[in-house]
Amino acid sequence: MDPLYYGIALVISVLAAGYLITRWRVPASHPARGEILLRIRTWCWIIAFFVPILVTPQPLPSVLLAIVSFMAFKEFITLTPNRQQDRWAFLWAYVAIPLQYFWVVQAWYGMFIIFIPVYLFLLLPTRLVLSGHPKGFLNSTSTLHWGLMTTVFSLSHMAYLLVLPDYQLDGRIITGASLLFLLVFLTQMNDVAQFVWGKTFGKRKILPLVSPNKTWEGFLGGAVTTLLVSLLLTPLFTPLDLSRAALVGLEIGIFGFVGDVVMSAVKRDIGVKDTGTLLPGHGGILDRLDSLTFTAPLYFHTLYYFYY
Amino acid sequence: MYALCRWLFVTLLAWPLVLLWLGLTVRHRQRLPRQGPAILIANHNSHLDLLVLLTLLPLSRIPQVRPVAAADYFFRNRSLRFIAVWFLGLIPVVRGKTPRRDRSDPATTSEMPGENSDPLAGCRQALAKGEIIILFPEGTRGEPEVLSRLKPGLWHLLKNQPEIPVIPIYLQGLGKSMPKGEWIPIPFFVDAYVGRPLPYDSDKGRYLQTLENCFALLATKGATRLRRTSAGDEG
Repeated sequence: MDPLYYGIALVISVLAAGYLITRWRVPASHPARGEILLRIRTWCWIIAFFVPILVTPQPLPSVLLAIVSFMAFKEFITLTPNRQQDRWAFLWAYVAIPLQYFWVVQAWYGMFIIFIPVYLFLLLPTRLVLSGHPKGFLNSTSTLHWGLMTTVFSLSHMAYLLVLPDYQLDGRIITGASLLFLLVFLTQMNDVAQFVWGKTFGKRKILPLVSPNKTWEGFLGGAVTTLLVSLLLTPLFTPLDLSRAALVGLEIGIFGFVGDVVMSAVKRDIGVKDTGTLLPGHGGILDRLDSLTFTAPLYFHTLYYFYY
Repeated sequence: MYALCRWLFVTLLAWPLVLLWLGLTVRHRQRLPRQGPAILIANHNSHLDLLVLLTLLPLSRIPQVRPVAAADYFFRNRSLRFIAVWFLGLIPVVRGKTPRRDRSDPATTSEMPGENSDPLAGCRQALAKGEIIILFPEGTRGEPEVLSRLKPGLWHLLKNQPEIPVIPIYLQGLGKSMPKGEWIPIPFFVDAYVGRPLPYDSDKGRYLQTLENCFALLATKGATRLRRTSAGDEG
């Protein structure tokens, strides 16, 4: 049977166990209890949204992921200060979201990979300059394009994994869905592992001005955990061998952390704690996706370079 | 038929637009009134404000929710008036001292208060029927995301019936999404902060000042809720 279904079953059991243990074993007086239960409940919603992405045929997964990008981009431009005269450029940027996922459904790799980095990169400043206000121009172009690159271009690599052709390996068929599952599983697990290592052993601050709660112990402990889990799971879910599994593990361990602190830097620059309120207990959708904005393209291109 | 039109408007336009296209966060939803008569007041920056307020109330109440709107704007021609009456349930109020009215149209005179009569008669009738009315005390949408001076109409309305609860709601982000003069709403997450019912004050100036302070307070509360950097963040 496809390891994907074991993977989904594993995640659901871990969550259920976590919920039941917190519910019955943690005393009601514990300060973090309510917060943890809320978080797990939100995790259930995230999984309920994510499982159809893995198991349904195209174009539904791309539509669902386009909605994720839409929400993430909306959250990003809600946070960042913007000028009234930029509204048409915003609309153009929004139009780019369904188009980007349309290229994915078409499996048109050439267009998918240059549409935002090249065409939108030229189109957005074109529209912005037409409104004729130079004050704050550089701010507007860079925020808008950076927002599109992270929330739409990067995240759409998740969708492109799904349209990669099936890969035959020793009689096994490796589908795009199992590639995507592994990426999301390792990235989210890395987030949790870094958090847990940091909470348990954290002493030396790593980037105190950007994210005061992050420590070297959390980062290294989490990254090593991710490396080990990657060595175990990557050969099962992808065509990659052990040495490349190590590469994927390191990429996700290190750049998952980088994605996280980059978004923290953005939040701190603007002066907010969470990017939004969409996911109770977690904050906004960007608070959950920050690591993926870095790991998704890296993981995709590692696979693409070696195998597709 | 009227109720059906109101429901269709809310479910097919207000809900998808506000909840999916924009995305709304409501603080203190429990402070909203369940029953009329009651007055909801909000700051006004966009036509979307009304749609947001309509999504705050349960669908079963919608036919009894009556927004108050400028007669010279929403009742200026037949098609707008049709939408205003059937789909929005608007109560027309004549702005300013000299109302602009189309005397040749008999429908106008029957629906609108006469020049010498009470311009708030429609509101009083609605409240007497136990309806919830929605009022924008700024009177106009004005500059995006800026609070204008408040108009005294609300105070005049309350003068004879000070026991009616007035619930202030501060809306944030809608002027950014679709300011005055624009017709395409840009997706932004928006917020609605529901305040505590505002006590009546027999002094008009003081009442309006309290009202203004109340909106300013809700606005800063909204800002501090977002800006909690000191609490730190996690992985």
